[in-house]
Amino acid sequence: MIVLENLHKSFGPLEVLKGINLTVDNGEVVSLIGASGSGKSTLLYCINALETIDGGKVTVDGVEVHAKGTDINKLRQKLGTVFQQWNSFPHLTALENVALAPRVVSKFSRKDAQEIAAKQLKHVGLGDKLNHYPSQLSGGQQQRLAIARALAMEPTYMLFDEATSALDPELVGEVLDIMRLLASEGMTMIVVTHEMSFARDVSDRVAFFKKGVLAEIGAPEDVMNNPQDPDLQRFLSTIG
Amino acid sequence: MTDVFTTLQWSDLIFLLEGAWKTVQISVVSILLGTLLGMVFGWLMSLNNKLITFAVMAVLDVFRSVPLLIQLILFDSFVAIAGFPLPAFWSGTIVLIIYTASLVAVVVHSGIDSVPAGLRAAARCLGMSYWQEMRHVTTPVGLRTAFPSWLGVALATIKDSALVSAIGYVELLRASQILNTRTQESVKIMLLVGLIYFIISYPLSRLGARYEQRQKS
Ligand SMILES: Nc1ncnc2c1ncn2[C@@H]1O[C@H](COP(=O)(O)OP(=O)(O)OP(=O)(O)O)[C@@H](O)[C@H]1O
Ligand SMILES: [Mg+2]
Repeated sequence: MIVLENLHKSFGPLEVLKGINLTVDNGEVVSLIGASGSGKSTLLYCINALETIDGGKVTVDGVEVHAKGTDINKLRQKLGTVFQQWNSFPHLTALENVALAPRVVSKFSRKDAQEIAAKQLKHVGLGDKLNHYPSQLSGGQQQRLAIARALAMEPTYMLFDEATSALDPELVGEVLDIMRLLASEGMTMIVVTHEMSFARDVSDRVAFFKKGVLAEIGAPEDVMNNPQDPDLQRFLSTIG
Repeated sequence: MTDVFTTLQWSDLIFLLEGAWKTVQISVVSILLGTLLGMVFGWLMSLNNKLITFAVMAVLDVFRSVPLLIQLILFDSFVAIAGFPLPAFWSGTIVLIIYTASLVAVVVHSGIDSVPAGLRAAARCLGMSYWQEMRHVTTPVGLRTAFPSWLGVALATIKDSALVSAIGYVELLRASQILNTRTQESVKIMLLVGLIYFIISYPLSRLGARYEQRQKS
């Protein structure tokens, strides 16, 4: 379970998160939608401690993320993160990309790590690309590689930050398909997305962000078909 | 080439080779320690701490911009005046180490900087510690940018080692000058000396060529 309590975050004078409360239960898929600059990415980075926080509390499975004694490297193994940019390690093959963290962080032998990696690459449909370098893969394939790389650490949670926004339109589908697959397998996911159909079809809940505030949250039918917040109504009509 | 050896004597060749061996020693020590020290400085600059970066830059700028010859003479005189005269090998090599380090620092810094922040964040998100990420991601990826420049610095260090002759150390260049004066065979000697510098640098050049090959494939 991921719990955000009265989370505050500022960049200098700019208050980006103004007291967010959100609980994500295991097995749940929560989509975060909202205008550019509303603080969606920042929220994810507060969960995996890529950003520090200025107030409130984030707990993951009862462990306070930003507390002093927390072993953040250990905690991050539970939190798979996929960014807009796929960030493949350019010097490693697909197999080595995925096997690196199991080997280095989890201390698996090279052989075991590669077995784990091969399994996850098959999982995301890259079973025939094990020995390809990232430069030989399309954007969609590299993003699936990034998902496999995160899954290889056997995370409890997956955080997606606009995982399809940097992709050519024709490649978006293959990545969304993998995200759907993960959801159907019961993965707990927090998904920042501009893909409204994905939010509608896959999420258990959709949360609308407005200038650092969680303005509206609920089942996708309610939030997306019957929005109460006027800004959300406007947002949904512009994004289609 | 054979008449080099008829007018010059075998003992002269030995004399040159002894000088060459000292050039190798100065170069190897300067490149190794200069690179290690430069890595530390380059890493310090990559921490994005304004104060540290400013301090390191200020110090390194001095060493980078004052001509090496002047640094050598100043340092050698300084240690003598200060009452710790060093053997010429060491006062020369210490200066060359620091000079090399000041150049390597820039190379290392821009190598680290060339690694996209997102790539490093992605590695950390997999649970890697700062140093695990440094070793397995930033180092190999940054090396692609840094290696060719580092090679240039290392080759320059070999050539710059000739300047240590200015404080009276008989390395390859100084040895050749001594022979020039005695035999008046300067063209032949210089050809030979050039060849020896080439041979000393050859392993590094090969390393560079092999690295480029590997990057292409
Ligand atoms: N490191 C930073 N330093 C200063 N300001 C930042 C930083 N990161 C984000 N911001 C600012 O915080 C605000 C929220 O940014 P954030 O990236 O969380 O928005 P977002 O909802 O993810 O937007 P987008 O849909 O464009 O990705 C923006 O105004 C942004 O400019
Ligand atoms: Mg964002």
